[in-house]
Amino acid sequence: MSEPGLVLESVALSLEGRRLIGPLDLQVPPGEVVTLMGRSGSGKSSLLAFICGTLDPAFTAQGRILLDGRDLGALPPERRRLGILFQDDLLFPHLSVGGNLSFGLPPGFSGRERRARVAAALAESGLGGLEGRDPATLSGGQRARVALLRMLLSEPRALLLDEPFGGLDDVLRQQFRDLVFRRIRERRLPALLVTHDRADAAAASGKIVTVDEDFCNGHKE
Amino acid sequence: MPAITLALFLLPVLAGLIGTLLPALGLLPSLGDTRFSLRPFARLFAAPELPGALAATLVSGLLATLLSFLTALGLAAALEGTRLFAWLRRLLAPLLAIPHAALAIGFAFLVAPSGWLVRLAAPLVASGGLPPDLPIPGDRLGLTLAAGLWLKETPFLLLAIIAGTNQLPVARFLDIARSLGYGPATAWLKIILPVLYGQLRLPIYAVLAFSLSVVDMALILGPSTPPTLATLLLAWFDDPSLERLGPAAAGGMLQLLLVAAAILLWRLGELLIVLAARAWLAGGGRGHAGVMSRLIAGAIALLLFLLASASILALGLWSLAWRWPFPQRLPASWSLGNWLGAGEGLGRVLATSLLLALATAAIALLLSLGCLENERRHGLHPTARVLWLIYLPLLIPQISFMFGMTALLAWLGLEASLAALIWSHLVFVLPYVFLMLADPYRALDERYRRAGLCLGAGESRVFFALTLPMLLRPVLLAAAVGFSVSIALYLPTLFAGAGRFATLTTEAVAANAGADRRLAGTYGFLQAALPLIGFGLALLAPRIAFRHRRGLR
Repeated sequence: MSEPGLVLESVALSLEGRRLIGPLDLQVPPGEVVTLMGRSGSGKSSLLAFICGTLDPAFTAQGRILLDGRDLGALPPERRRLGILFQDDLLFPHLSVGGNLSFGLPPGFSGRERRARVAAALAESGLGGLEGRDPATLSGGQRARVALLRMLLSEPRALLLDEPFGGLDDVLRQQFRDLVFRRIRERRLPALLVTHDRADAAAASGKIVTVDEDFCNGHKE
Repeated sequence: MPAITLALFLLPVLAGLIGTLLPALGLLPSLGDTRFSLRPFARLFAAPELPGALAATLVSGLLATLLSFLTALGLAAALEGTRLFAWLRRLLAPLLAIPHAALAIGFAFLVAPSGWLVRLAAPLVASGGLPPDLPIPGDRLGLTLAAGLWLKETPFLLLAIIAGTNQLPVARFLDIARSLGYGPATAWLKIILPVLYGQLRLPIYAVLAFSLSVVDMALILGPSTPPTLATLLLAWFDDPSLERLGPAAAGGMLQLLLVAAAILLWRLGELLIVLAARAWLAGGGRGHAGVMSRLIAGAIALLLFLLASASILALGLWSLAWRWPFPQRLPASWSLGNWLGAGEGLGRVLATSLLLALATAAIALLLSLGCLENERRHGLHPTARVLWLIYLPLLIPQISFMFGMTALLAWLGLEASLAALIWSHLVFVLPYVFLMLADPYRALDERYRRAGLCLGAGESRVFFALTLPMLLRPVLLAAAVGFSVSIALYLPTLFAGAGRFATLTTEAVAANAGADRRLAGTYGFLQAALPLIGFGLALLAPRIAFRHRRGLR
């Protein structure tokens, strides 16, 4: 039977013979956020890169990743349909806000329909009318929301969050976090959050997994 | 991709060296010489021109390299962090873009006894209306040549220093040193230089190799009886009777040894200076506030810039002059005749140069992008040895492998074809384009690519829709560098084109040799203008394309 959601089966990562992570078994059911906690340098981001299929070949990885029962291992990154958010918004600097969103939209719609969907997505998030803007002229909070929209428009079936709230100040951070988690619940997407911030982990209100032993033993960061 | 690229530009060099070594050892099957013999070397060493040629080569080459290095070092140490230095940085690209031949011809127009400098000073000299009788250009030791090389190579080494310092927290290092009481120039020499020097080594060796073996600048500024070694060898290779082919090939090997010995000598000097500097580095001497060194460095920077721009201006004036008798400062009558009269010839030469430079730059760009993208996709991290390989065509004297390379091209059935010409240019254009592109390409945040892939875009869409546009500026600059390198090449055009293709460079050098200042000025000015236009477009295009994109400015 295929299990819905994102499943990691005995996934392990090492670099130059040194084990960084795992073996790790994990189930992320649809609509839930599972948090991976660990210090920087513990290989959390590399784990997400492995799930995406963009891991640097210097690493060696083992284990299987299943999305809704399907093994992702053989698929190239662009066909895995995983949305990823980084700490930096990584809006493409040469494209307008609308261009960035349209980049994420799957092919197959007419030009008019693409523009309509981009406009609707912006309006829904309180960013209406910003299509033509240069991303570099937006505020930090607006940029974060555009990055989230771009990812959601690509119709992912699971989300990977690589410390996406780290670059924002406290008020924005809370607002953006609530927005991301709300969208995850609405769309019933499985989400894997990587962070070293306990408040983020608590707000995710899902299972918390610690990937770094030193962290458990109470060593200070 | 990397294998093809390396083969494409290293194979001609290695095959060229072997193809020159064989006739140097008396083995030239196509002429029926199949017996090993050292006679070519014996004839080379018996040539009466050789001692003078060696003296001129060594004096001009070593002097030029040493002076260029010390000047570039002095400018960076004394001026780092000042407004003048920021201004100088911006002027480097156009200075570097000026082809050697154009700069040398313009410089000759300045410093010749009947040149502009004497004309400007004429009222003071007042020697009865005749130019002073001085062997400039063309002094026997190659001092004028050394000065011209200094003008051309100092900006190159300064660029190498700036490229190296871009990767270091220079301002913070200097702030720390200055808060410990060190003067700015002393702090630069004691802290930045030792960290930086490893990265300067290859560029310096390239300058050393180039200065010891340059041909076009030596034809214009160097001595003629006897000329420098590389120039002498060119004349021997050109001898239609093929009488001197053996000694010329042997001379190519001697030229290679000369460069290798000079590089070893420089390396030895490095080691001695490192030993001697240990006490100085740790001795705690603070140096001075550097006001005086700043003034001197500022004056030298100004001199460099004025000489280079006056040289180009002199080319432009001569191209528009009809009558310009000595000692008048400006032409007595003007004419567009040089431009119009050269008419069809000029148009054809211009078209050949443009076609050659555009094709070579485009191919070099494609290959470099392919290699870098391949390296990125496979997570490869090239070692320092690869860098040596890339520099190889710049470290081996052209005259040492051009003959053998022509033989390779002939063997492949490409003799004197446009394809041969493009390939021969590619050997020198590719390293520069790759080096210009590699740092910005590798510095692009890998996560942009990952974000694109996870949004469902395939590798090729990510490359064309994200990577290329984000790197538009460095890509165009690399293309402009490739273009200007090709426009400037002289020896490869002569050899691979077998004299059938006339470019702006070959025509400018020929007109100068024919003492036709107006024609040399016309060709030289056009030769200098093309790379400047190329750089202008490369800087302008991204500004227009991204005028509404603050993140890319």
